[in-house]
Amino acid sequence: MAVSESYGQDRGGKHDHLVESLVGGLAPVRRLPPPSLRAVAWFAAALGLGILLMPMADMEGMRTRMSVPDLRVAALAAVLTAATAALAAFQISVPGRSLRWVLLPVVPAILWIGASGLGCLRGIVAPTTDIPGPREVESCFVFLIGVSLPLSVLLVVMLRRACPLRPNLTAALGGLAAAAAAAALLVPFHPHDTTVTDLLIHMLAVGAVIGLNSLAGGRLLTGKGAPPR
Amino acid sequence: MILAPAFGPATLGPASSLAKTRAEPRFTDALAGVRGGAARGGDRARTVIEARLSAAMAAAQSGDAAAYRLLLRECLPVIASMARAQGVRGEAVDDVVQETLLTIHKARATYDPARPFLPWLRAITQRRAIDRLRRAGRRLQEVHDPFAYETHADAAPGPGARLEVRERDARLAEAVAGLPEGQRQAVEQLAFQERSLDEAAALTGRSKGALKVNLHRALKALRATLSGEKGDGGV
Repeated sequence: MAVSESYGQDRGGKHDHLVESLVGGLAPVRRLPPPSLRAVAWFAAALGLGILLMPMADMEGMRTRMSVPDLRVAALAAVLTAATAALAAFQISVPGRSLRWVLLPVVPAILWIGASGLGCLRGIVAPTTDIPGPREVESCFVFLIGVSLPLSVLLVVMLRRACPLRPNLTAALGGLAAAAAAAALLVPFHPHDTTVTDLLIHMLAVGAVIGLNSLAGGRLLTGKGAPPR
Repeated sequence: MILAPAFGPATLGPASSLAKTRAEPRFTDALAGVRGGAARGGDRARTVIEARLSAAMAAAQSGDAAAYRLLLRECLPVIASMARAQGVRGEAVDDVVQETLLTIHKARATYDPARPFLPWLRAITQRRAIDRLRRAGRRLQEVHDPFAYETHADAAPGPGARLEVRERDARLAEAVAGLPEGQRQAVEQLAFQERSLDEAAALTGRSKGALKVNLHRALKALRATLSGEKGDGGV
């Protein structure tokens, strides 16, 4: 009745204004494709970048290196890390998806870093291994950052279309995906066996990418900065 | 403070008495099912709600404003209850509701109608609730007087508040019903319905002047009746 409406502590009426303004701002939206499909799209883009760089590749050297078990495992694990981390990032950027997706890239990442680390031992066991000079180290670093930057940008742009409720975690996964993809793409171009300096540089580059992504992506992905659609 | 958790579902109840959303009781059932998983009857109610909200969101995604309005309205008590379950209290609940509504609006493209709606909503609400709690936690809360802090009354209405309001409403309704026809109309149109003089004049067919005079007289009469009543019963 009218009396209780004007006296009672009506909770619903409080948000009427906001509800009406949201309803007023309603525009048809295209439903987001499933996260797995979006991850595949990004992975395809990374592969495309690899194919684009193919003419510069040293296929002969790669075949030789792929015959070494730990290098092969490291390369495969890097590919797997990139794929699983990207899938996990796309999954958790959709509200209501399980956070357990985060665990998916853990094993490939450990395998990737572990196998690369194993390669270092060769520098000690077989000192005749070809050690890269500082110039080559620099070009390797530039390559890693140069490849992972466009991949990260693409990933952030794609993730922003969803609603990452955990921006930092999503950004870290994105960074891992981009860094692993760049490391995998580096394999055909890298003229050396893995060494300690090599691994350090790799880790530095990977860390830089993940860190930058977390810092920038965390800001970029906080939903609040994202334009209302 | 201590009473708040037990009082949470009860504060949902009164909204249903306003007959604004007739599905309210079923919502409460559904929530009990969602939160406790204990209510057997709640399971069915939950699937009903699920299906309806999911369909409404799917319609909203294709631009159906009416379905969207319905969805957001029906979500309000659900969000509030989810926020309370996260430990948000008092006025902060309304902040969380608003932030959640904004996020729903922004993230509506991410909802997949093939999946249940409530987990999607809960993920957003929980995040916004945690954000709110963190913001509140960052503010310094130094307690100089622990006893005063502990015994400080909660800002939320106390356990008997609804009862008091209902009794007061009943008393007022009775007093208004006892007024002459013209005065009663003036009070109902201008005070309770909050209509403007022009609207009230058009609706009742009386002149604006008559309405004003009637309202003035009605208020005077009500004041006399109600204060007299209080004087009799109270002291």
